[in-house]
Amino acid sequence: MKTYIDTGKKDTRSGFGAGLTQLGKTNENVVALCADLTGSLKMDAFKENHPERFFQMGIAEANMMGMAAGLTIGGKIPFTGTFANFSTGRVYDQIRQSIAYSGKNVKICASHAGVTLGEDGATHQILEDLGLMKMLPGMTVINTCDYNQTKAATIAIADFDGPVYLRFGRPKVANFTPENGSFTIGKAVELQEGTDVTIIATGHLVWEALEACKTLQERGISAAVINIHTIKPLDAAAILKSVAITGCVVTAEEHNYLGGLGESVSRILAENHPVAQEFVATQDTFGESGTPDQLMEKYGLNAAAIVKAATKVVARK
Amino acid sequence: MADITQLEAFVTQVRRDIVRQVHKVNSGHPGGSLGCAEFLVALYQQVLKRKEGFNMDGDQEDIFFLSNGHISPVFYSVLARSGYFPVEELNTFRLLNSRLQGHPTTHEGLPGIRIASGSLGQGISAAIGAAAAKKLNNDRHLVYALCGDGELQEGQNWEAIMYGAGNKVDNLIVAVDLNGQQIDGSTDTVLPLGNVKGKFEAFGWEVVTIEKGNDIQAILEGMESAKSKTGQGKPICVLLQTVMGNGVDFMMHTHAWHGKAPNDEQLASALAQNPETLGDY
Repeated sequence: MKTYIDTGKKDTRSGFGAGLTQLGKTNENVVALCADLTGSLKMDAFKENHPERFFQMGIAEANMMGMAAGLTIGGKIPFTGTFANFSTGRVYDQIRQSIAYSGKNVKICASHAGVTLGEDGATHQILEDLGLMKMLPGMTVINTCDYNQTKAATIAIADFDGPVYLRFGRPKVANFTPENGSFTIGKAVELQEGTDVTIIATGHLVWEALEACKTLQERGISAAVINIHTIKPLDAAAILKSVAITGCVVTAEEHNYLGGLGESVSRILAENHPVAQEFVATQDTFGESGTPDQLMEKYGLNAAAIVKAATKVVARK
Repeated sequence: MADITQLEAFVTQVRRDIVRQVHKVNSGHPGGSLGCAEFLVALYQQVLKRKEGFNMDGDQEDIFFLSNGHISPVFYSVLARSGYFPVEELNTFRLLNSRLQGHPTTHEGLPGIRIASGSLGQGISAAIGAAAAKKLNNDRHLVYALCGDGELQEGQNWEAIMYGAGNKVDNLIVAVDLNGQQIDGSTDTVLPLGNVKGKFEAFGWEVVTIEKGNDIQAILEGMESAKSKTGQGKPICVLLQTVMGNGVDFMMHTHAWHGKAPNDEQLASALAQNPETLGDY
């Protein structure tokens, strides 16, 4: 079993900010738009370094999406920044028509996704955004797991031509992927090899999956762990390769089980290699106020929940 | 100055194209299309500083966004007859596998279209984005947009209008087709727009009113006035007072022809009122 070391807890949104700061220096076509959340999105440095390429939109997300679409006409690469809720549900039709259907090269960067937004509660904790975004034809959907990967993804999507939804979060979480590592859109990362069960995780649940893997090994269950940072297009080959060995799956995500990563994995399995699957996800519910750890515990989104699901699915084989 | 007579003849042909497209597929939006025929002909034949051919980025040329995408029949006719794609392609309006979708889109690669529209209220935002890109690119050409008056009921417009003034987007001219009609009736009965001029001015826009929005000469003069006000720290709004269904007598002064196609007899009447000038497709 490989060992992964947390080099110090950091928030994924800061990884986005660091990536954007670097892009500001290396790609003059990159522009940034923010709907009154510059500090929360860690876009301050870009704003300070490139005031002419930073657009303060005010609390007006619909106009932000439309303006981002317009900025691509003239060769700009717009990165929009606001919370995941206001990046998707609030502006779905603007994204659908002006960005996705129009094929515009806009990067929709969404922070504070899921219940780990914490105390602000359910009004701000979107658990449906991955589903909304993956249903849009032509939309690439990415959900990164730590600071380093979020920084790498932010830099990588600037070189990709097409609309992208990049999802990250608020809390400080383990930072364990390589510093300045490469990021290949659509290419899953196998973190652990295993023979009894495949844990397919995305976002904040990836570290939890690694923790679960250790506990499972102590209990005699060999778990493979796959980091799915790109939910669309989904790396079917990586999933099927592992499932061919293990014969069962746990998916883990900070999202509703309806419409999330788990359902995308189910489709791949149903079409190619039907096996038992358990879903670590929210169960068609809204979130609530609380600390991130309390909420992950209450909604069954942590290592303990993954261990339970893995044990159950192995028994179902 | 353009030859007004020639532009009027162009408009007459565009009217024929509009009613023929809509009649063939028994669907589409002739009323608003006819009302904006003079404006779009004047824009593409005289006002816009355009390059030959079509380039999505529109670098070093004026560019235009149609926000009220349902008036696609007039947009397609004017684009085709301005050289963006073969006029014969108007035959494919709203047909399966056509580039001329019910509402304009970039999705099928039709030259002349820079963004999809149809779901209302999104065009001004896109135009502001393109105007910002032009400033970053040191391109001193202008961005134009057209939206409907009923469309102003969509809240996104007011986000965009606030942004445009607050950020001095002064390379932008947005025309509003003030025909006073929408699907369910007059704008006054559906959801009153109130004082549109006063609203734009209160938001900080410069407003130019073209009272005779179906008169080529008046449009050209109004747009010249609008252009002269660009580059002075304010976005420009052109209030274009038009008659829905203009040029086809039975379609005028009513919302009834917003989204309804003429039958054979009505088509014959519409065509008789607008004799062929540039050649039918």
